[in-house]
Amino acid sequence: MNPDASTIAAGAPIEVDLTPIAEGQDIKVFWRGKPIYIMNRTKKQIEEARSVPVASLPDPQTDQARVKAGHDQWLVVIGICTHLGCIPIAHEGNYDGFFCPCHGSQYDSSGRIRQGPAPLNLAVPPYQFVSDSKIQIG
Amino acid sequence: MSGPSDYQPTNPTLKWIERRLPIMGLVHSSFVAYPTPRNLNYWWTFGAILSLMLGLQILTGVILAMHYTPNADLAFRSVEGLVRDVNYGWLLRNMHASGASMFFLAVYIHMFRGLYYGSYKEPREILWILGVIIYLLMMATGFMGYVLPWGQMSFWGATVITNLFSAIPYFGESIVTLLWGGYSVGNPTLNRFFSLHYLLPFVIAGVVVLHVWALHVAGQNNPAGVEAKTEKDTVPFTPYATIKDAFGISCFLIFFAWFIFYMPNYLGDADNYIPANPGVTPTHIVPEWYYLPFYAILRSIPNKLAGVIAMFSAILVLAFLPWLDTARTRSSKYRPLAKQFFWIFVVICVLLGYLGAQPPEGIYVIAGRVLTFCYFAYFLILLPLLSRIEKPRPLPNSIADDVLAKAGGKAVPMVSTAIVLALAGALLAGGVQGARAEESNVPPSQKWSFAGPVGKFDRGSLQRGLKVYKEVCSACHALSYIAFRNLADPGGPGYSEAQAAAFAADYKIKDGPNDQGEMFERPGRPADYFPSPFPNEQAARAANGGAAPPDLSLITKARSYERGFPQFIFDFFTQFQEQGPNYVDAILQGFEDPPPAGVTIPDGSYYNKYFPGHAIKMPKPLSDGQVTFDDGSPATVAQYAKDVATFLTWTAEPHMEARKRLGLQVFVFLILFAGLMYFTKKKVWADAH
Repeated sequence: MNPDASTIAAGAPIEVDLTPIAEGQDIKVFWRGKPIYIMNRTKKQIEEARSVPVASLPDPQTDQARVKAGHDQWLVVIGICTHLGCIPIAHEGNYDGFFCPCHGSQYDSSGRIRQGPAPLNLAVPPYQFVSDSKIQIG
Repeated sequence: MSGPSDYQPTNPTLKWIERRLPIMGLVHSSFVAYPTPRNLNYWWTFGAILSLMLGLQILTGVILAMHYTPNADLAFRSVEGLVRDVNYGWLLRNMHASGASMFFLAVYIHMFRGLYYGSYKEPREILWILGVIIYLLMMATGFMGYVLPWGQMSFWGATVITNLFSAIPYFGESIVTLLWGGYSVGNPTLNRFFSLHYLLPFVIAGVVVLHVWALHVAGQNNPAGVEAKTEKDTVPFTPYATIKDAFGISCFLIFFAWFIFYMPNYLGDADNYIPANPGVTPTHIVPEWYYLPFYAILRSIPNKLAGVIAMFSAILVLAFLPWLDTARTRSSKYRPLAKQFFWIFVVICVLLGYLGAQPPEGIYVIAGRVLTFCYFAYFLILLPLLSRIEKPRPLPNSIADDVLAKAGGKAVPMVSTAIVLALAGALLAGGVQGARAEESNVPPSQKWSFAGPVGKFDRGSLQRGLKVYKEVCSACHALSYIAFRNLADPGGPGYSEAQAAAFAADYKIKDGPNDQGEMFERPGRPADYFPSPFPNEQAARAANGGAAPPDLSLITKARSYERGFPQFIFDFFTQFQEQGPNYVDAILQGFEDPPPAGVTIPDGSYYNKYFPGHAIKMPKPLSDGQVTFDDGSPATVAQYAKDVATFLTWTAEPHMEARKRLGLQVFVFLILFAGLMYFTKKKVWADAH
């Protein structure tokens, strides 16, 4: 009953071009049937994500650990609420990040859980920068 | 209790069979000669009602499966196809969908009855546990069945419920992948749910056989809670219980038919008429009503794993009931304290159900926590404690004594307690509702010719609505579930087949490929569906500022608004189900330019009073005089809106008139049948009281 060969093959890595995403905007791409948010963060958002004391977070993680060094403005997270799997809405909620409409979980501009029933931060999918304006997810 | 059968067939063939397979003897001893307590009340007919419901669900389900396609791309359309095109498909679907709700309603009454009369106590523990197993299987079956139409609520309900298993430490994620058969809910999930949804009812039927077997070994409990001792305490199953069950069933069917024929979508969710979209989560995910109390328990615990454990414990605790309640007296009739707490418990369950449907914020969360505590306290603290401190009233010596005593005075207190508690619950629920802030504008209720039990569409209005759709709406909105032939269907706009064919011929339909392998255009035929203005959703989105205009075929079923408590209860009796047309009518008239003071609307959006959030991407589509009618109806926006809403109500349910007509016939039959059953039952039982 585990995923069959075609499903696994369809889950191969994908490349995404980042040039059309302006600062302060985001796109949602699907990989393995999961929505992936790619957000071009503003200075303010990065600032907010880095100024919060890590120890005070429900799932402590630094912003640096969630983005690739040298590409600090790019946040790439799986847009699936870690509570019960709904899709959070970007640029909503009190933390300049994501808000889940199902049970009210709020994530900050680093995709970290700040408020609500979700136990964990939004997952960061495996990805790397193939060039400055292109990433490979998977 | 049933003992060796005294069944002696006289027919030689039956004799021959009986010597080799004593099946008739088994049926005779279990359902004819089987002694049942003579003081059983109507709460005991729910066992028979449940057997009937299981049979009906299997029967309608097997036929529905013949027309259903379990594929993520086709499932939604195949369900609409079977409702629109299969003979009496709408009836089968309504029966199966409302049937699930009725099944759960009956099982809840059956369970509360067991709880009240102590039917789980020695020697009926296994019987009770088998019942809990059936209930768990029913929940799994019901959940998977709800996924099959592949609407928004199906998809997101499946996502939320399967994600519950991810709370399990270490194995959680692998279990979820195993359930999905992929990396998310998708086609493989739908396929396996369909397979299991077909399998589980037969598993339930198997456990039901064990349940009935255990029942017939231990014998039925009864309202007095004393075991049958002598012949005088019992009556044979047939005719006494059979006829009483038949009357109970016929009354239940009347209630059931109200949903099938008059309120088919009352218990459903409007969002499930929107095809599943993995990219958009509905703002408010609600399970079917029968899971709501458990959903409320899940949400009231702030920790994910603990919430999941609490939810499953809330069901599993029932299996331990025989050992939690150690009181020797079975029936709450003779337990003054247990009786009151039982009704409080019923109210707790109802309120939890109410909370499960509310958004998880503010007072609802706090109330949910308090009630979750009360729910568990009832089983884990109260029941064990009660059996120590309570002093039960004296029991009657025998069932026969109980029957004789009852002939004297009636037990009024139980009923009055129930009424008082229900009222208190209603008031509390009303208070909670009132605490919620008034936010959006509710569309005004219009007068519709198709409302009510004998409502019919206004043919002129349908034809005008079609004209407005064709000349205005169809520039952006598809109507892809309607074929041109439908325009000539009975109960529709009332065109002749020739007129429908002529209407179709005005359209250019893409067909092919031809022998050269090329697509070509040809005039429409009656069998063609209305062509969509955009080739795909992305194109529609791109051409309309990022918001794809929805397909209008189902829009009056897919849009709704909260009626609030207690209005939604009155709606059940007045058969109010016109939220969809009211909404469409209101949206078309709700544009205001410029927007009211203090409201800012983002660029590219327009202010609409009745649109949730008020910022709608659709510009004001209709203005006075835009469409001219041949029949002299006023060319005003109000008239257009009304006609379009009427037309779209028909497109959402082309068989509505047939549904209401058949409903009336079924009601007349069922009421006569129930009356006959009642008088037959009275006659049969005349010498037993």
